[in-house]
Amino acid sequence: MTDLPPAICFAKVSKVFGGVKALQDVAFEVGQGEVHCLAGENGCGKSTLIKIITGVYQPEAGAEMALFGEELAAITPNLARQRGIAVIWQDLALFPEMTVAENIAFESLLGNRPRRVDHRALRAAAEAALARLEVSLDLDARLGTLPIAARQVVAIARALVSDARLIFMDEPTASLTQAETDALLAVVRTLSARGVAVVFVSHRLAEVLEISSRVTVLRDGRLVGVYPTEGMTQARLTELMTGKTLDHQVRARDTSGDPPVLEVEGLSRGNEFRDVTFTLRRGEVLGLTGLIGAGRTELSHVLFGMNRADAGMIRLEGRVLRMRSNRDAVAAGIAYVSEDRLALGLIQPQSISDNAVLAVLRRITGASGLLSPKRQEDLVAHWVRELAVKIGKPGDAVSTLSGGNQQRVVLAKWLATEPKVLILDCPTVGVDVGARAGIFRIVRELAAKGLAILLISDEVSEVHVNADRVLHMAGGRIVGEYDPRSTPLQDMEAAVYA
Amino acid sequence: MRDFLRAYPAEAKLLAVLVLIVGFLSVASPQFLTLGNLTSLLNNNAVNLIWAVGLLVVLIAGGIDISFAVAASVVQFVAVSVLIGMGGGNWALGFALVIVLGIGLGLVNAALIHGFRIISIVVTISTFNAFFGLLMFFTGGRSIYSLPDWLSQPIYLWEYQTETGWADIRLPVAVMVACLIATWALIRHTTTGRQLYAFGDNPEGARRAGINIWLMQAIAFGWCGMMAGIAGLMQAHITREVVPNALIGRELDVLAAVVLGGARLGGGRGSVLGCVLGVMLVAVAQNGLNLLGVSPYAFKMVVGIIILAAISTSNIDLAAILAPKRRDRE
Repeated sequence: MTDLPPAICFAKVSKVFGGVKALQDVAFEVGQGEVHCLAGENGCGKSTLIKIITGVYQPEAGAEMALFGEELAAITPNLARQRGIAVIWQDLALFPEMTVAENIAFESLLGNRPRRVDHRALRAAAEAALARLEVSLDLDARLGTLPIAARQVVAIARALVSDARLIFMDEPTASLTQAETDALLAVVRTLSARGVAVVFVSHRLAEVLEISSRVTVLRDGRLVGVYPTEGMTQARLTELMTGKTLDHQVRARDTSGDPPVLEVEGLSRGNEFRDVTFTLRRGEVLGLTGLIGAGRTELSHVLFGMNRADAGMIRLEGRVLRMRSNRDAVAAGIAYVSEDRLALGLIQPQSISDNAVLAVLRRITGASGLLSPKRQEDLVAHWVRELAVKIGKPGDAVSTLSGGNQQRVVLAKWLATEPKVLILDCPTVGVDVGARAGIFRIVRELAAKGLAILLISDEVSEVHVNADRVLHMAGGRIVGEYDPRSTPLQDMEAAVYA
Repeated sequence: MRDFLRAYPAEAKLLAVLVLIVGFLSVASPQFLTLGNLTSLLNNNAVNLIWAVGLLVVLIAGGIDISFAVAASVVQFVAVSVLIGMGGGNWALGFALVIVLGIGLGLVNAALIHGFRIISIVVTISTFNAFFGLLMFFTGGRSIYSLPDWLSQPIYLWEYQTETGWADIRLPVAVMVACLIATWALIRHTTTGRQLYAFGDNPEGARRAGINIWLMQAIAFGWCGMMAGIAGLMQAHITREVVPNALIGRELDVLAAVVLGGARLGGGRGSVLGCVLGVMLVAVAQNGLNLLGVSPYAFKMVVGIIILAAISTSNIDLAAILAPKRRDRE
């Protein structure tokens, strides 16, 4: 591989947007057939760099650019495509109502002048692309009927039809289960073996570290460095991305003497999870980790009354809970904040006050049954004080707040339902490393006030640092319980990611 | 068979329902399954079908058009006035004129939608009002009763005497068949047609893939306008008059029939076969009620119920029911 010129060899790349330096003197090199990872927080310049490589943006003068050994003075989107650079965006840009074959060989349908569609050639091109990936899919199936993972394969196959020799994949594993991720990684290995380079752009580092050979880290528009992934840990990579030695001090405390709030015994549901037993105590942060597909989210849906268990029992403060829907769960005192909610759970142009009371509108109605502004005001004032949200006026739009304060407003919304148990399902998905610290600060404050918190996360380091105890779930069962004070992070990671 | 069910689930279901209704009516009413009744069904629905395939292309491209029936009235009036002014004209000139005028009105819609980035329903409700207002203003609501001879003489393509009377196929049916075939060829067998599907399905994905968005809007609304113009000419030919407010209101019947035929309001789905079945189902139901002596006031109600029933069951997957059961689905 070393005798081939690199697929991408860029140096001294800078880009200024209206006086803001988005990229400063960045170098980026990817070998042919290499699997490479491009890492960095939101706003670090990753997408700007991709857009320069694909010709969407032009870099500032002085940049050195070469694709497959050919020095180029300027790159246009067409030129990049011709040279075999393809990007698979997170939303895939596919056509769900069209067939798999049409999606893969879509290029042959392009052009302003109408031509007769050669259905046979189209199928043949699609079949050939799938064969190169060593995958078989039903060519006549409507794309919309396929699972996300298969659509991803279709997107990759489409890139191959246009002779891609280097494929950028933006957050490719974000919504895949473990089995699907494994299948995707197998496809990537096949590509790599055939000389097609793949650049992962990802927040989810565990899978990416496993497959890529090198990682390029960007921070604030500058190159931090290029590192081999061998021996690289997630914690080290996070440090490189944020530039902060993140506080890895364990905060766990002994909670065994506290009164139990939520007791779960022998809970099972279909093939989702089996025989789950644990106790969540007052003021405790209980971590629940495991790979995607381990049954964590399915378990939380049952705890929140959205699905019913086949067997087992849930007790809240000693009373057996029988929930028919999540309304019963809310009434009993269980709140559930799903993935992304801390990032997306607000109606931005509406006021802080209106956002905060969204989940408890029934509680702020007056005697007449209409909304009572007075009650709303009191409720909002209470939670602003309780969560120490820094706001101007409750009537200001949520969008005027900083990210950390917005997260507090989201939590206020759920806490206004006065829960005894708070379930946080992957609260940091799509959230920058820096902003994550803010979320966990709030989590710990809430626990200190007596709330029982079930913290679900697929990043072991998160629960290791923030939870008092950690449950490990795999294949639908609780397979281990760890005390972060006595189990080092490395051991816990080794057990979970094994 | 399974392939057909999988590729055209809505159409297959509609076909089944149509067969059931036809079966029931042919037993319940002796007049229904006669050659005369069937050919008159065709003759009477040619105009609706021409509109339907025009609207289909707009729906596939993710738009909607409320203005086409009114546009047909405008084209009718302008074209007939021009032809009379020229001293009569002929079929070739008549077709050329309505096609050009129809495409022109369609492009007005496309230009407003693309130029000002307004959603198509708002634009076409506006042009629906503007077209109709202008037409009524300039005609003063007056109809044209004396059409050129070539236009007002019925043209029989095929005649046959049965025991119950004459059965015949007239010119509008042939024009309708030509419009169906042209639309089918466009959307199934040209790259432009597949781009229309893609654009309606995922506009952002289509834009990124390099599809010319303006061209898509222009083709979709131009095609719909062209069909509206042709339908207008056929309507004048059938009724032997041009009445400015004769067609207004028909757009919603056609829209309902096309959606019934499996076209999706969100774009990206729909077929010519579905259009035919949708229009025919409504037509056969009305015809049947008529023959059974049901009050005409009940027609709209029954048609409404049929459409509601068809659309609310559209998630039932026939292919999955007929497929051999797999032991475990992963």
